[in-house]
Amino acid sequence: MTRLLTVENLTVGLPQGADRPHAVEGLSLHVDAGEILCVVGESGSGKSITANTVMGLLPKLLPVKGGSITFEGEDILALSEEAMRDRRGRRMAMVFQEPMTALNPLMKVGDQIAEALAVHGRGQDAAKRVPELLAAVNLPDPASIARSHPFRLSGGQRQRVMIAMALALEPALLIADEPTTALDVTTQMQILRLVREIQSRQGMGVMFITHDFGVVAEIADRVVVMQHGRIVEQGAAQQVLNAPQHPYTRALIAAVPHGDAAARPAVSVQPMLEMKGIEKTYHRGGWFGPKATVRAIHSADFTLFKGETLGLVGESGSGKSTLARCVVRLVEPEKGEIIFAGEDLRPLSRTGWLPYRKRIQMVFQDPYASLNPRRKVGDAIAEGPITYGVDPAEARARAAELLRLVQLDPSALERYPHEFSGGQRQRIGLARALAMQPELLIADEPVSALDVSVQAQVLNLLADIRKRLGLTMLFITHDLRVAAQICDRIAVMQRGAIVEIGSTAEVFGAPKHPYTRALLDSIPGQGWTPPDLSRSA
Amino acid sequence: MKTFWRNFARNRGAVVGLVILVLVLIVALTAPWIFPGSPWDMAGAPFAPPGEDGMLLGTDSLGRDVAAGIAHGARVSLLVGAVSTVVSLVIGIGLGAIAGYLGGWVDDVVMRFTEFFQTIPSFVLAILLVAIFTPTIQSIVFAIAVVSWPPVARVVRAEFLSLRSREFVQASEVLGKSRISIVLGDILPNALSPIVVLSSLMVASAILLESALSFLGLGDPNMMSWGFLIGSGRSVIRMAWWMSVFPGIAIFLTVLSLNLVGEGLSDALNPRLPRNRGGKP
Amino acid sequence: MELSRLPAYLAGRLVKAAIVILAIVVCNFFLIHAAPGDPASIIAGQSGSADARFLEQLRAQFGLDQPLYVQLWMYLKGVLTLDLGFSHRQQASVAALVWDRLPATLLLTGAAFIFAIVLGVTMGALAARRVGTWWDSIITVLALAFYATPLFWVGLMLVLLFSVTLEWLPSFGMMSVGVEMSGIGKVLDVGKHLLLPALTLGLFYVAVYARLSRATMLEVADQDFVKTARAKGVPEGRILRRHILRNAMLPVITFAGIQAGQLIGGSILVETVFAWPGIGRLAFEALLARDYQVLMGVFFCTSVMVVLFNLITDLLYAVVDPRVEVS
Repeated sequence: MTRLLTVENLTVGLPQGADRPHAVEGLSLHVDAGEILCVVGESGSGKSITANTVMGLLPKLLPVKGGSITFEGEDILALSEEAMRDRRGRRMAMVFQEPMTALNPLMKVGDQIAEALAVHGRGQDAAKRVPELLAAVNLPDPASIARSHPFRLSGGQRQRVMIAMALALEPALLIADEPTTALDVTTQMQILRLVREIQSRQGMGVMFITHDFGVVAEIADRVVVMQHGRIVEQGAAQQVLNAPQHPYTRALIAAVPHGDAAARPAVSVQPMLEMKGIEKTYHRGGWFGPKATVRAIHSADFTLFKGETLGLVGESGSGKSTLARCVVRLVEPEKGEIIFAGEDLRPLSRTGWLPYRKRIQMVFQDPYASLNPRRKVGDAIAEGPITYGVDPAEARARAAELLRLVQLDPSALERYPHEFSGGQRQRIGLARALAMQPELLIADEPVSALDVSVQAQVLNLLADIRKRLGLTMLFITHDLRVAAQICDRIAVMQRGAIVEIGSTAEVFGAPKHPYTRALLDSIPGQGWTPPDLSRSA
Repeated sequence: MKTFWRNFARNRGAVVGLVILVLVLIVALTAPWIFPGSPWDMAGAPFAPPGEDGMLLGTDSLGRDVAAGIAHGARVSLLVGAVSTVVSLVIGIGLGAIAGYLGGWVDDVVMRFTEFFQTIPSFVLAILLVAIFTPTIQSIVFAIAVVSWPPVARVVRAEFLSLRSREFVQASEVLGKSRISIVLGDILPNALSPIVVLSSLMVASAILLESALSFLGLGDPNMMSWGFLIGSGRSVIRMAWWMSVFPGIAIFLTVLSLNLVGEGLSDALNPRLPRNRGGKP
Repeated sequence: MELSRLPAYLAGRLVKAAIVILAIVVCNFFLIHAAPGDPASIIAGQSGSADARFLEQLRAQFGLDQPLYVQLWMYLKGVLTLDLGFSHRQQASVAALVWDRLPATLLLTGAAFIFAIVLGVTMGALAARRVGTWWDSIITVLALAFYATPLFWVGLMLVLLFSVTLEWLPSFGMMSVGVEMSGIGKVLDVGKHLLLPALTLGLFYVAVYARLSRATMLEVADQDFVKTARAKGVPEGRILRRHILRNAMLPVITFAGIQAGQLIGGSILVETVFAWPGIGRLAFEALLARDYQVLMGVFFCTSVMVVLFNLITDLLYAVVDPRVEVS
C-alpha cells in the first residue's frame, strides 16, 4: 500500500481572543491509497481545519505554526501558491458539507465541472467527460443535468455533482468534509455507498470527516478521533468502534443513540389528542406565473394516548413539523379536527385557544433561535405563567425550581441566553415549556442541532422528566435511532401522509410499508452494535 | 452598554464623526448667543471677503454675515433632518410592522404601495409637494418624510418577516401572549438595531434633501438655511466664492459625521460574532 | 431564467409597469387638486388676466365645473393621448416643451450613469480585492466624502476650479453660443460642456456603487462556491471574473434600477447649476414661474422614464440570474 498523505506534528494557530491558542495541535495522521480514513469529532474539534490545511485552503487568520504535510512525496506546505493550485483539483479534491451553497448559482453545473477540467489543461475532454462523470455518480439523464443550473437540483443531486466535479481529474486523494450531514438519511446512505463504490473502483485515498459514529461504522477502514484540536485516539475501524480506549471516545460511543426497540407496555387507552382528516395546502406563484400547490398534510390521522410518547418520524419536507405545528395553531389547517381532551380546537379563535395554551406546550429545534436574545432567562421562563395571572414573585420562584429540574443552576435566572451553550439553551427552552405545567409536550427535533454527547444528556433529561411529571409527548425527529430510544409508538410520515403507525418494536422489527423499510435500511452503521461501555470504567 | 461603547469606539471614523456632530450641535444650540440678532440683518459691507471687516467667513451681497447664517442655518438643518426622520420612521415602522407581522394579502398591498413610492423619482416629488403646498417648514418636513419612509418600511418588514418565524416568537405564540405584547416585547426590540443605523443615515439624507430644496429656492422664507446660502451665492460665485464654499463645507461635515456615526452604530449593534453552529470554523 | 420564458416574463413586467404609470397619473391628478386655490385662478394668474368671465371660461374649458371623477377620466384620457396640458406662461403644450428638452437630459443622465457605474464598480472591486490595504482605505475615504457632499455644491466647486480659476472648461450651457459647428467639432464641443455636469451628477453615485460593490464582493468572496472553485484549482484571476464578479453584480443591477429616479432628481440640481437645457432646467424655470402644469408634466415624464429603466434592469437581472421565475 502506498502512503499518500502524511501529516506530522501539525499545529495551526487561532486568532487572538479565541477560546484556545491553537485550532489544531501536534496532529499526526496518514492516509494510504485505497483506504478510507474517518476523522471523527464534535463541533470545534478541529477536524475541518485539518482538512482545509491539507488542501491549502486555510483562511489567512489561521496560520500554520508548525509540522509538515507530505503528499505524494512532496512537502506541500513548502509549495508555492501556484504549485499548490495545480495540485488542487488534479491530485487532491474536496467535497463540502453544504450542497445548497457549494455550487455557483449562476453557472450551469456542466460548465462548473468543465471548468475543473479546463483549468488543468483538459478542457478539450469536457464534452465527453462531463456526461460520463455525471453518469458515474448515478445521476439520471446526465445531458440534461449538465445543462441545468444548481437551483433546479435537489440537495442530494447537488452533492453528486460536487462528487463528480471532485472526481473529474481522477485525484489520488479525496477529502470529504461532512458531505452527508445536510442530507436526509436515505440520500445520505446513497451518497455513502457512492463514495465507497468510487473509492474501491479507483483506488483513491479518502479522508472522510464526520461527527456520526454510524457513518464511521458504515464506511471507515481506519478512524482518527479528535477533541479540542488534538487526536485522542486512532486505529483500525473495528478496533476503535468496538473497543475504544480513550475516555472521550468511550463517552462519544456511549452517547450514540441505540434504543433497543424492545416491546414497551401500552401506557393507556385514554386518548388525549386525536387528529382527524387534517389537510394543509400551500399555494405559491403570482398573478402571471405558473401556480404551484404543495399538499403539506393529507391523510395523517393519529391518536395520542395519555402518558405515551409518540414519535413523528420522516425526512425533510415530509410534513412532520407542519403537522405538529397544527396542534399548537402555529399552522392553521384548512380542514380536519384537532380533538384535545374531547374538544375540537381547530375552529377556536385566538382567545378561544387561551385555556388550552397552558395544557399544550412546545420545545423547539434551534437552541440559538428559540430564546429571545434580549430577555433574561428568568423572565423568559416566568412570563408564560405571569401572562396567566400567576403572581410574578411566585412565578420567578418556580422558575428557579424548574432550572434545578432541568439541571441548571438557579443563578441562570439573571443571565442572558447568549451566555449559555446549545445544550443549556435547550434545557432553558424545556423549562419555559414546563413552567406552564402542560399535559401535552410537543418536542420538535429538540436534539438534532446538538452534538452527540449533549444530545444524549438532553434525551435522558426529557425521558426522566416525562416519567416524573407524567407528560404525554409528541416527539418529532428525522433520526430513527433517537426515535427508537425514546418513543413508545412511531408514526412514519412521507410527503404529507402517515404511511405507517405502530409500536416502536413493530415498526422497527416488522416494518410494513416499503418507505419505512427504506428508512430503516438507511440508518448508517446498522451492522455495528455499539459495545456496552456502561459497566467498565 | 459598556460593550456597545467599546465596539463603537473601535471604529475610529465613528468617534471622529461623533465629535464633529457634537460640535455642530453645540454651534446650533448656541447660535443665538454667539450671533445675537437675526442672521438676515446687515452686519457689514457687502461682499466682504473672509477675515475682513471683522467677518470671519465674509459677508454676502447684502452685507449679511455668512458665519452667522451658517450657525443659524445649523438649527434649521438639524431640526428639519431630525423631525422629518422621526415622521418617516413612524410611517415606515408602522407600515413595515403591519406588512411583516400580518403577512399575506396585507403584506402584498403594503409592499406594492411602498414599491410605488420607491419608483417615483423622490426628489421631483418632493419639489412638487413643497411647491404646491407653498414652502414652509411644515411642508418641507412633510415632503421629506413622504419620500423617505419606503426604505424604513422595507427594512422593518424584512426584519419582522424573519423574526416572526423565529422560534422564540413562535414560543411566545404558544405561551398564549397577546399580539401586541409579542410585537412590542419580542419582535420590535430585536428589529431595533437596523432601524437605529438607518435613522442616522436618514437624518443625513434629509439634511441633503432640505439643502437641495432651499438651494432651488424652496426653503422656508423665514428660516436661514445652508442650502439657501449656497443658492444665493451661486450667481455671484465669480466674485464671492466664500458665500457658497463655507455653507457647503458645513453640510459636508454634518452629513459626513452622521454617516460615520451610522457606520459606528452598525458595527456596535451588529458585531460580527463568530456564530459557531454547524461546527464549521 | 431560460430565454424561452423571457417573453412571458416581459409581458408580466409590462402590465406591472402600466399599472404603476396609471397610478402615477392618478397621483398627479390628485396633487393638482390638493393644491391650495382653484386651478383656474392659478392658470388665470399665469396668463395675467383674472376677470370673472375669463375664469368661468377657463373652468368650462378644463371641465372644472364637472364632478371629480369626470375630471379624472378626462385627465386620464388626455395623458393617454400624450396631452399633458397647456402652459399658459410659455404658450406651448407641456408635452412639446418636455419632448424638446428630453434629449439633453437623457445625454446628461446617461453619461453620468455610465461614469458612475464604471468608476464606482472598478473602485469597489479594487478595494475589495485589496481589503485592508491603503488602496482600500483611500477608496473608502473617497467614497465616504463623495457620499456626503451635496450635488449642487460639487457643481459649484467644479465651476469655481475648472471654469473660474483654471478656465479650462465652460461653466454653462450645452454648446458654445454663436459658433457654427458641425460633425466632430460639434461633438467635441458638446463633450466639453458635458464633462463637468456629468462628473457632478455622477460623483455621488460613484460613491454609492463603490460602497455597494465593495460590500457585495467581500460577501460573495466569502461564500461556499468560491471555496469550491478554489478547491478545484481555479486560478484567482478567473475566480474573480467568473465566480465573484458575476454574482456580485446582481445587487448592483437591482440598485441601478432603484437609483434611476434619484439620478433624474439630481439632474434638476445639476441642470440648474450648469444651465443645461434639459427637463431639469425646465422644471426649475417652471418652479420660479409657479407653472404647475409644466412641473406636473416633468414629474410624469421622469416617472415614466424611471419605470422604463426599471423594466430594463428587471429584464437584465432575469437574463443574468437563472433563478428568477416567472411570477
